Amino acid sequence: MEILALFGDFTVRTVAIGAALVGAVAGVLGSFALLRQQSLLGDTLSHAALPGICLGFLIAGSRRLEPILAGALVTGAAAALLVLLLTRTTRIKSDAALGVSLSLFFAFGTVLLTYVQRHAGAAQAGLDAFLFGQAAALVPRDLVVLAVVGGGSLLVVALGWKELKITTFDADFARSLGRPVVLIEFLLTVLIALAVVIGLQLVGVILMVALVIAPAAAARQWARRLEGMVVLAAVFGATSGVVGALVSASIRGLSTGPVIVLVASAIVVASLLLAPERGALWQLAHAFAQRRSLRAHRVLVDLYRLAQDHDDLDYASEQGMLDTYFGRRTGHVLRRLERRGLVSRAHHMPEEGTHWVLTVDGRQQARELIRPFGERDTTLDGATQ
Amino acid sequence: MAGRALGMGGGMEPALMGDGRAAGSNGSHEPAFALHVEDLTATYSGDAVLWDVDLNVPPGVLAAIVGPNGAGKSTLLKCVIGAMRPAAGHVYVFGHPYRRQRHRVAYVPQRTSVDWDFPTTALDVVTMGLYGRLGWFRAPRRGESDEALQALALVGMDAYAERQISQLSGGQQQRVFLARALVQDADLYLMDEPFAGVDATTERAIVDLLKDLRARGKTVVAVHHDLQTVATYFDWLALLNVRLIAQGPVTEVYTPEHLRAAYGPRVVLLGVGGHAPES
Amino acid sequence: MTGLQGWLDQPGVTIVLVGALVGVAASLLGAFLVLRRESMLSDAISHSVLIGIVLAYLITGALDTPLHVVGAALAGLLTVWLTDVLVRSRRVKSDAAIGLVFPALFAVAVLLINVYARDVHLDTDAVLLGEIGFAWLDVVRVGPLEVARSLVTMLVITLVNLAFVVFLYKELKLATFDGMLATALGFRPGLVGYALLALVSVTAVGAFDAVGAILFVAFVIVPPTAAYLVTDRLWRMLVLGCVVAVGSSIGGYALAVAYDVSIGGAMASATGAFLLLALIVGKHGIVARALRRRAPRPPPVVHVPEAGGAP
Repeated sequence: MEILALFGDFTVRTVAIGAALVGAVAGVLGSFALLRQQSLLGDTLSHAALPGICLGFLIAGSRRLEPILAGALVTGAAAALLVLLLTRTTRIKSDAALGVSLSLFFAFGTVLLTYVQRHAGAAQAGLDAFLFGQAAALVPRDLVVLAVVGGGSLLVVALGWKELKITTFDADFARSLGRPVVLIEFLLTVLIALAVVIGLQLVGVILMVALVIAPAAAARQWARRLEGMVVLAAVFGATSGVVGALVSASIRGLSTGPVIVLVASAIVVASLLLAPERGALWQLAHAFAQRRSLRAHRVLVDLYRLAQDHDDLDYASEQGMLDTYFGRRTGHVLRRLERRGLVSRAHHMPEEGTHWVLTVDGRQQARELIRPFGERDTTLDGATQ
Repeated sequence: MAGRALGMGGGMEPALMGDGRAAGSNGSHEPAFALHVEDLTATYSGDAVLWDVDLNVPPGVLAAIVGPNGAGKSTLLKCVIGAMRPAAGHVYVFGHPYRRQRHRVAYVPQRTSVDWDFPTTALDVVTMGLYGRLGWFRAPRRGESDEALQALALVGMDAYAERQISQLSGGQQQRVFLARALVQDADLYLMDEPFAGVDATTERAIVDLLKDLRARGKTVVAVHHDLQTVATYFDWLALLNVRLIAQGPVTEVYTPEHLRAAYGPRVVLLGVGGHAPES
Repeated sequence: MTGLQGWLDQPGVTIVLVGALVGVAASLLGAFLVLRRESMLSDAISHSVLIGIVLAYLITGALDTPLHVVGAALAGLLTVWLTDVLVRSRRVKSDAAIGLVFPALFAVAVLLINVYARDVHLDTDAVLLGEIGFAWLDVVRVGPLEVARSLVTMLVITLVNLAFVVFLYKELKLATFDGMLATALGFRPGLVGYALLALVSVTAVGAFDAVGAILFVAFVIVPPTAAYLVTDRLWRMLVLGCVVAVGSSIGGYALAVAYDVSIGGAMASATGAFLLLALIVGKHGIVARALRRRAPRPPPVVHVPEAGGAP
């Protein structure tokens, strides 16, 4: 209730709306970055925004948002170009290229930041707030800028949906269709840079990467199609923004950016655990079932082979012997097979242990299992790849 | 099978008690199998890639492991050298677990599995084969370099010793890898696709090398993907498709039925039938 | 002795020495990270060690204890381990895994500072940007000399890293080049990798005082990358990386003094100048590559397409 009451507060409402916007845009474009395995490009883009922030300030001479965002966009794009140049024209691998670009642009950014601090006097107050973001500095006028830039990039995504989709999925295929892949990839990079840039004031250059990756990574666990993933990522991003803004406003002293990031991370953890099919709990159950049936199959096959070795299809194997043979207790496996009607208990001398015989169905299934794989390749295609 | 059960029950090392020793009839203490794989099952996130594989490679043969893509061939080698932990089963090299036989095994990974831009020379790569003998912390010296150079000469690459490895052709890179295995002076050579992407000259050179190894009593187990050449290059064959389809002398195993069993009914078999009497 | 003391008493000397040591310690390890294609782990580690430092502070109430080194090393390893777990679950790719783990840990650290350590000198800006300019203020006595504390710390860390690289040179090389062979020969490449990353974490802590978290990343990645463009020998790459690091420290300090800007930032930016140089003169640089393209190619080796193959 108290949190809801906060929503009535003007500043909090401004921050929450801004955070929702930023989260939704980052979620949408982060989805493309994630699928193109360029998640850390977001990290490089956001760190590389620092010199742009300073340059924008130096050129405009004020702390107005537009020139600062423009500067951040320009240096971000330059950093992305540097990554491209290094990986395409030298033997430097992409991870090193990203790291080089990130650290050099950021280093230059700190140089500029100190230059601004020492030469621009009071006007620069709070420029370093962009390092961690400063939600409180967000004013309604900024919301308009965020809405225009964010809405614009979402519109571009909607208009170019088909092209973005095939380029992300299979760039070579897109090229074969005559699509200008290089141009589309460049556009995508600029869009991701835009998503990063509008979040800087709220979340800061250090943590912005999380808002690009986390909602998309969480959405990836639930969605089967790109359409669903993008929508879900937008929802997750916006939720992280709003919840983060409200929580940080309700507890004194908490920075907004880190709280938003933690909310997004929590959504990722929940998705990793719970999502159907891809979720860890589901996988665990699947692996357990697999291992169980694998064990059951082995017991079945070995019972069959023992019977074959003794030239007696009704050969009864003693459970104690099977236990030693497998090096572990097989009783529960056998009882499960018994419930499925594949084995039955054979009655021997009372002082001896339980003996087990394959039923007709059990023999049939064992024969199925040991039949050469080539004859049933259709059923195994999935398992062998 | 019975031997295995006995081994378990007695709590002794299964390979010594089991078929490994039992078949060793030549009077020496050398176990019957250079590589003995028992009930090997390996899974990737719950799905079996190897299922209950029993493999017995006798010493002194050139053995090929053949099967379709995803049949678990490379996984099998990874399980042997301990790079992957199997879900079940055991591996014995000359009758003992791999850990105790490392010095007798040389492993040649797929050529594409390493970064050839790595800043190092052909000679240095071959010297890496001797690292196992050196153990932790000791650095290779002049003697090791000389040995490595001799191994390079054996594959006709001594002129390229100081070349950076990215400046070598695919075939030359593969020869460097083979030289690295040769320098280990092992008894069992495990090779993952040694013929993949090499030129014709190198292919012939590798074949000669393998025959030379066999002549010296060494055992080679190679993952191979080329059905056309398997019967001429190798003398022992294991067909694998998640499970072991067949194993034995190539003349017995290289038959249409077995190949169909491994590759599916639609496999195109060129001149296979003439090779072997149907068993 | 007094001559040496007089020399050490000059702030500039101490600052350049600390910067050079950070650079050498970082680029020695960085060469292997770059070759293992794990450069961005240094970025992740440099951020997340903050949580180790904060927790150590909350436990001890002091800012400079051995526990900080331990805490930072553990935080670094935690980052690597969590990333590993995510990748092995095959639910996210490795780049995304890195980008998920370190911001979360960093965010927790910042919030802990927000709540528990607001008034102390655990300033997040300082952690990120460093305060190498004040390195000479905090001195300790070593024998007859008064030496800056961070100089002593970085000297120890540098020597440890140097010993690690020298004594485990063969193991590091093999684990980096061919992890499968390393496993087959019994060299435990996973263990070697974790040791490397633990040292990266410890070095990151030492570097905090000097150049800050992100500039540390510049010293880890840029000098080895520049060297990688120039040479084809691993040991030369290591040596050249150190030369670049020392050169950047000296050049960066001069620039920072001249323009009155962040010293750490200037040092890190200076590594970029060396990279530019390597791109121009290096035999794997852009210029050399463009020239090679024009030159006639050597006679090609005849490749026969892969024979037959399985259907």
